[in-house]
Amino acid sequence: MIYLTSFLFCGFICLLGQVILDNTKLTAGHITSIFVVTGAFLDTFSIYDQIINRVGAGALVPITSFGHSLIHGALYKASDMGIMGLLMGMFDLTASGITAAIVFTFIFSLFFRPQN
Amino acid sequence: MEKTRYKELVKKHQPTETRSQNAFIAFVTGGIVGVIGQLLTEFYSGFFEISTKDASTFMLVTLIFLASLFTALGFFDKWVNFCKCGLIIPITGFAHSMTSAGIEYRKEGPIFGLGSNIFKLAGSVILYGVVSAWFFGMLRLLIMGG
Repeated sequence: MIYLTSFLFCGFICLLGQVILDNTKLTAGHITSIFVVTGAFLDTFSIYDQIINRVGAGALVPITSFGHSLIHGALYKASDMGIMGLLMGMFDLTASGITAAIVFTFIFSLFFRPQN
Repeated sequence: MEKTRYKELVKKHQPTETRSQNAFIAFVTGGIVGVIGQLLTEFYSGFFEISTKDASTFMLVTLIFLASLFTALGFFDKWVNFCKCGLIIPITGFAHSMTSAGIEYRKEGPIFGLGSNIFKLAGSVILYGVVSAWFFGMLRLLIMGG
């Protein structure tokens, strides 16, 4: 069941992105930025948390969960530290993803050449 | 050239893909990536005996690693051209944009090539993500009190 909800939710987000991409002048960069902001907005009222609980990892894979993780870490830290916590906790949950992407990119760009 | 012949040629070279086809492909491939994420999460939480939350971090790192590796090997670009948003919207698109920028600008040197351009495409995601998260976080702190 959780596989089906994962499939449907993640597929639906991608479908939404593709429809926006095909029918407007926005590029992929615009769309990913819009989706990140949407994810952050949805988690302001803990809506995205409930989606993750019901849908499973299908809600963690799209880029919307990046915005959700940013604000989730910030608000968690802010509950202890007040307004400074927003700045301290911003990258708490996304650190692994960003660090992994930077390290892998660095290693691969040392060893691989452009194909064309 | 005859008109009918010209029309035939135009028809032959027109892109056959339609918007609904694109949307369907994006839906299916995006869904498959979501299912792979769920499979990996359950595999890691069972194999390493860790919580689902930790396992989902492992899963994201695995997807980023695979997307970076396939981009470096050269065939991820073709997949992205075919699936479009099905691979751009998931976290694989983030890793793909960083690795392709890194490999592309590597030849311009380690500082002004690789270092300056690594976030060329992914930077907007981080910028607007952080600014909006900060803004919404401030709103929530000021209005709802945390």
